Amino acid sequence: MVRMAAPLTSPVETPDIDEVPATDRPWLTIVHNDPVNLMNYVTWVFQKLFGYSREKAEKLMLDVHHKGRAIVSSGARERMEHDASRLHAYGLWATVDQS
Amino acid sequence: MFTRKGSGCVARLDAVEAEVLRDVLNEVMELVAEDLDRADPVVARLFPDFYPRDLETSGELHRYTDDDLKAAKLEQAGAVLGALPRGGGVVRLDEEEAETWLRALTDARLALGMRLDVRDDTNLEAEIDDAVLADPTSPRVQQLSVYAFLTLLQASLVEALAGY
Repeated sequence: MVRMAAPLTSPVETPDIDEVPATDRPWLTIVHNDPVNLMNYVTWVFQKLFGYSREKAEKLMLDVHHKGRAIVSSGARERMEHDASRLHAYGLWATVDQS
Repeated sequence: MFTRKGSGCVARLDAVEAEVLRDVLNEVMELVAEDLDRADPVVARLFPDFYPRDLETSGELHRYTDDDLKAAKLEQAGAVLGALPRGGGVVRLDEEEAETWLRALTDARLALGMRLDVRDDTNLEAEIDDAVLADPTSPRVQQLSVYAFLTLLQASLVEALAGY
């Protein structure tokens, strides 16, 4: 596909290629990197709050560390808000978003 | 620093270390006990927005959750303060107490780290060296040293508790 030069402002909405209606898409709990929290602490929190294996928790921690953020849980909106508030209680920077 | 002893996590704190912990935890309690000033970056970090692009919904959630989070932060800081040996001594924590300490130490490090503008690439030793060269009696030297101590203490407690 040839990449066309795009105008600065697009006169029409970009068509959404995602077929799934917005209301059916799952919600996500996202943990963001911060310069303070320790790597082993973040791994431990993921294990503690989500029951993840050490391997999975470490992988998520490394994603947060290297990519700046990682999805740590997904599902119904209220559950994600609950997960984010539990992460806040452990001092992690968590937000909720829709996939 | 903490080590594992049987089912507990044990550390010997000297008088200065106990005093440092008392000071930083009192500061956290003062900050959290007040009406939260969301313009303060430390407050914004300790009570993060759930929806960074939707401040209205975030505000609603803050109204639901901030009181509980405040109470938890005050309780955990208070628990650590209550367990600090006056004049120094041995601290022995069971699993639940260790978790409380980890959360309280996180709050203290987040608050201090934000104030000190700690970043991902901050080299703490080099920062301390620079600050000492600039003025060995400056508050920044003191605060950086406290931050470094809290970091080592927390890392040792995670390791003692989790085994990694």
